[in-house]
Amino acid sequence: MNPLTWYDAPVRALLGGVFVLLVIASLIGRGLARRPQDGAGRATIENLNARIRAWWLMCALVAGALAGGLSGAVLLFGAISFLALREFVTLTPTRRADHEPLFWAFFVFLPLQYWLVGTGWYGMFTILIPVYGFLFLPLRSALNADAQGFLARTARTQWALMVCVYCVSHAPALLTLELPGFDGSRVALLLWLLLVVQLSDVLQYVWGKLAGRRPIVPRLSPNKTVEGFAGGIGSASLIGMLLAPVTPFTHGQAFGIALLVCLLGFAGGLVMSAIKRDAGIKDFGAMIEGHGGVLDRIDSLCFSAPVFFHVVRYFWSP
Amino acid sequence: MRRLARRGAALLLVGLCRGLTGVRALWLGSLPAAGARVYFANHASHLDGLVIWAALPPALRTRTHPVAARDYWDATPLRRWLALQVFGAVLIDRQPATAAGEADAARADVLAPLLAVLERGEALILFPEGTRGDGETVQPFRSGLWQLAQRCPRAELIPVHLENLNRVLPKGSMLPVPLLCAARFGARFLPVDGETRADYLERARQAVLALAR
Repeated sequence: MNPLTWYDAPVRALLGGVFVLLVIASLIGRGLARRPQDGAGRATIENLNARIRAWWLMCALVAGALAGGLSGAVLLFGAISFLALREFVTLTPTRRADHEPLFWAFFVFLPLQYWLVGTGWYGMFTILIPVYGFLFLPLRSALNADAQGFLARTARTQWALMVCVYCVSHAPALLTLELPGFDGSRVALLLWLLLVVQLSDVLQYVWGKLAGRRPIVPRLSPNKTVEGFAGGIGSASLIGMLLAPVTPFTHGQAFGIALLVCLLGFAGGLVMSAIKRDAGIKDFGAMIEGHGGVLDRIDSLCFSAPVFFHVVRYFWSP
Repeated sequence: MRRLARRGAALLLVGLCRGLTGVRALWLGSLPAAGARVYFANHASHLDGLVIWAALPPALRTRTHPVAARDYWDATPLRRWLALQVFGAVLIDRQPATAAGEADAARADVLAPLLAVLERGEALILFPEGTRGDGETVQPFRSGLWQLAQRCPRAELIPVHLENLNRVLPKGSMLPVPLLCAARFGARFLPVDGETRADYLERARQAVLALAR
């Protein structure tokens, strides 16, 4: 069977573009590794090459899962949510009385949320965690009769579910939207979002390394600079605009929406930095070589996916 | 057929354990090696023995035997099969903590099957607290560790600290919560001349605690 028939034409074009980009990045990384460097420079280049290798793997995983359409996307993002939630809860102080609520979070609310997304039941998946999880989890915790730090503990569990499961699940939910007047591919729309958000992260890193001078929020995230912020978000928004043909947006709309999701992505990275700083850690985990944990990679998606979903649903869906 | 079932069960449980806890083995002062060894660790969950076992390279697993309490693991056919056939555990009779000097003769008999394993040049996984704690503290060690060190001086005693297992499957719960765990293996624990049994056991306990982050 010809693998090319697994995808619609716009998806093929986007995946082809990503492939070319990765080849170029790998060649640049290899070229940089050959140049003589001092100790710190070599460490940066090694980390860069580790990141590029991890990007190959992540892109392959996404491409493979998207061949399975909605089911593939639900399984992929469900797994990502599971790994992210595991990292989040591991680094959050919990007490014995949180054990049962956490079991419910991992093994009931997470699968249920993704099942609802898979069935396209919008009215239910938007309230499952913010309403029913919000009401049930503190009750289950209260039944364990441990009052110490109760509100803070309950809030942590709820926050973990919201950011790792609820927010992320809006990415595959894009595939369930009815978009009359859009004869393109909804998989391509999801890919457009992932591309813009992740390219924004990458380009902020690149601009920061090349031109970064003034730190933007030194007390939370010493590596983020004004130059990285402006250059990265500006260039990623332009790429989003150029890719407008795979979306239902005009070029102007595509630029505006890309700018919005990039800014939200930055906000996500900033908020997660504050959580990490509070916990006294640099990364949420060590699962992805060179990047840290899964949650370090998707923090920008957590914030941008739900808003992007609502923008598309509000303006392009009946 | 039976061997296949045993192997399959072991692989399945190791896979589940790894998938659930993403357990990382950190060798901080020693390296995985065959030979007479006693891995001694803090004890907070039923998964502890499995986690250390899963953290070892596959070739060493069949030569590493968890020490388990007979009163629990011999109670049902499934538990007995898991303990003896799948994990190659050594079952011992749990005894109340003995006062110093008392009942040493009885203790020596209890330890005989453990010494036999060490004499064969194989390894043990031992939880010297004797029972699962709440995970917050490490309880005082029972004297079995000291007895083993006395009677088999060539055995290498390796302290191990298990992190987060009390949060994955705490005492009193049958429901696991999948959190990231780590098994930290420290440097070989050696006796000091002229130290009493109580001092030795307390120092061994501190060696485990020192590995905590």
